[in-house]
Amino acid sequence: MNPRFTVQHSILLAGTIAGVLLAAPAVAQQSAPAASPPAASPAAPLPPGSPLIGRPEGNEAASKLAPIAPPPIPAAADKLPTTQLKLPAGFNIEVYASGIANTRSLRVGDKGTVFVGTRLGNKVTAIVKKDGKTEIKTIAEGLYRPNGLAYHKGTLYIAELSQVSKIDNVEANLDKPTKPTVIYNDLPKDEAHGWKFIAIGPDNMLYLEVGQPGNNVLHDKDHGQIRRINLDGTGAEVVALGVRHSVGFDWNPVNKQLYFTDNSRDWLSEDLPNDELNRVTKVGEHFGSPYCWQGNLPDPEFGWGHKCSDYTAPAALLGAHTAALGMRFYTGSMFPSKYKNGAFVARHGSWNKSNKLGGDVIFVTFNKDGTVKSMEPFITGFLVDNKYIGRPVDVQPMADGSMLVSDDWNGAIYRITYGKAKVAGR
Amino acid sequence: MHGLARCIAIAVLLVCAASQPLLGETIAERAAPCLACHGESGQSETPEIPSLGGQPAPYLLIQLYMFREQQRAAPEKKNDQMIQVMTEMTKGFTDDDLRDFSDFIAKVPAPKPPADTGDAARMQRTAALITQHRCNSCHGLDLSGRDNVPRIADQREDYLVKTLREYKTNARRGYDDTMAEALAPVSDEQILDLAYYIVRFR
Repeated sequence: MNPRFTVQHSILLAGTIAGVLLAAPAVAQQSAPAASPPAASPAAPLPPGSPLIGRPEGNEAASKLAPIAPPPIPAAADKLPTTQLKLPAGFNIEVYASGIANTRSLRVGDKGTVFVGTRLGNKVTAIVKKDGKTEIKTIAEGLYRPNGLAYHKGTLYIAELSQVSKIDNVEANLDKPTKPTVIYNDLPKDEAHGWKFIAIGPDNMLYLEVGQPGNNVLHDKDHGQIRRINLDGTGAEVVALGVRHSVGFDWNPVNKQLYFTDNSRDWLSEDLPNDELNRVTKVGEHFGSPYCWQGNLPDPEFGWGHKCSDYTAPAALLGAHTAALGMRFYTGSMFPSKYKNGAFVARHGSWNKSNKLGGDVIFVTFNKDGTVKSMEPFITGFLVDNKYIGRPVDVQPMADGSMLVSDDWNGAIYRITYGKAKVAGR
Repeated sequence: MHGLARCIAIAVLLVCAASQPLLGETIAERAAPCLACHGESGQSETPEIPSLGGQPAPYLLIQLYMFREQQRAAPEKKNDQMIQVMTEMTKGFTDDDLRDFSDFIAKVPAPKPPADTGDAARMQRTAALITQHRCNSCHGLDLSGRDNVPRIADQREDYLVKTLREYKTNARRGYDDTMAEALAPVSDEQILDLAYYIVRFR
């Protein structure tokens, strides 16, 4: 079953490789300059069933690919790459806040307080704009990868690796915040794909994702899914299965359906599979991982005995190894009308790919029936000469129709406005 | 005094000097307590204390940052009390201190393998493990690391065992999830083989 929409734009197209290439990431013998190989014969035949059979030696390109860690210390304000980032005509970009380590998920309170989660740090931060000044406050610390944030009627919800907690009336107590209270912790404790994204849906339930506990692994019924719970932590229900690792989701304001980004597996090839934008049309829908990728690519290891047609294909393909993360539908009035009810998606950028893809924010439009209509670049320039000068993670529209973008590489948040540059407001 | 306890005692004694620099103190002087435990030549002689020589500066920066932010634990016993030695050592460090120390220690020479080249069969079977688990794709073909990935070649065998085990059980939380994921399919017996191989890597 083919995905209903495939990206054609030259920037987004992953590649047209017909076959499936198995990765060959390392050599069997070390080739360090002064090395003398171990004394035994180097030509010993591989035992039957050895995982090294068929694996070509000496793939130098693959042996250089490693997950990229951002610098731990946030960049100085005068070193931020805003002048190198490109937006469509009429849009402006400014620094909203900086000096916050590993800025990730963004949420906004009723009073305009911006809350910031982190994946590699242990704090939740609040940003307050007062009398033209930016105040940065730590409102929770000592947490375990507090990446997920949601805000609803005065309460901030925080998702760490294996628990969800809340701070009621958070904006009233920013200087003396109360400690978070745990509301839900019936969650696995795996580090692999364990950091969470959460959001509160139109049904007033809190949705959270539990990643697959490894790059390409089978797993139990508690992994690889999106769940929802009541705001008091009760009533957990699985909403979507076959999810590998989603770090961004939001509801289409027109059809009220949940759309989520999903990061597809690594070490299959440079150009396949694509990362996905998926649409949930019914509870319990299965999106393929780890059996089938991008709607039409059976996994070489786990796909045997499974059909891609058994799973829901993506609404759109987001490029191979682009690491699509945060996404939000835009319902504001500041941006031109063509942006209304479309979705911005942050693509963090590749690590498992020699020539990196992503490192941008794209804009997606939808047809009335909820299928994807078009995709185009919105903010580009985070990748320069195949190196990162920033990496976008999350996007968050503000009450005035401007939009915030977090950059965990620099520990900064940018604000996007349209039209004559305005004073940063709420 | 037992080697580890002695180096901890010296280091903690000097820790005030490290975190509050005296006027005119060079980075080399401030790093003396570090090398008291970690080895002046880059090679640690102290059980379960890692050699720091030849580590990429960005990796050191991340670890020092995590110690300062109390995101990484290094508990040691001192006078019947458990103290977080590395958090003590980095207390009060400015961001510039973290960078300066990382850059300085990155210049200390890399450790050397022991004289014994190891049992050939064990070395060969473990070389295959390294390939199977793609250690080289992050740590490099010569296991010297780069950027945020540490040098592991010729690291102390006991520290390698300890670290691999801790990553596997999540007793040590990495900066990210890479090592936890890498070690999920690795058995404890294989961890012992990996440490045996890596310390003897030439």
